[in-house]
Amino acid sequence: MTSIHVDDQDRALRFYTDVLGFVTKHDIPMGEHRWITVVSPEAPDGVELVLEPAGHPAVRPYTEALVADGIPFTAFAVDDVQAEYERLTAAGVAFTQPPVAMGPVTTAVLDDTCGNLIQLVAM
Amino acid sequence: MGDVFKALADPTRRTVLDELQERDGQTLFELCARLASRHGLSSSRQAVSQHLDVLEDAGLVHRRREGRFTFLHLDTTPLRAIAERWPPTPPEGPP
Repeated sequence: MTSIHVDDQDRALRFYTDVLGFVTKHDIPMGEHRWITVVSPEAPDGVELVLEPAGHPAVRPYTEALVADGIPFTAFAVDDVQAEYERLTAAGVAFTQPPVAMGPVTTAVLDDTCGNLIQLVAM
Repeated sequence: MGDVFKALADPTRRTVLDELQERDGQTLFELCARLASRHGLSSSRQAVSQHLDVLEDAGLVHRRREGRFTFLHLDTTPLRAIAERWPPTPPEGPP
């Protein structure tokens, strides 16, 4: 299990499922917020990504400083970066970096619309 | 003009210009990844940022803020002064 801070849980859940293609695993009310996790459809029992509310005052300066320099919060492994880039661009996703061969890996960086940059990476 | 020569004197800064020539409008993250993975340059992000300051002072790079992001753009206009001062020798015509 790993987590990412999102500034709007509803928007994040829609983006991570409808656009990126994750599947909701848990969505449990927790007072003001919810405990939401999503998984890859290819690995429903694999790593769960927690969509964590970004309410703590330390979160925003941290994520904004990363975003300003284009630094991804985390990376998702995909089979084909170029294919995902084309699919997601057609779906309206903004990339700060199109696919570029970086030594042994190909990477691209997208805006997750809820406060983070995400790197796509293929070996 | 002196700033342009100083900016071009450093090989890392010339590599920065090469990479921006290949793709204009990069984030600092992309530029650092390119320098490390394609050129084996292990400069820290802070060091690359300082190189960018020199290039920006010389007018060769512009930092553009777009919403929450900052993108780096190449501007070769200052190089024109070099060619104007020392124009390339014209090819020799037929005798």
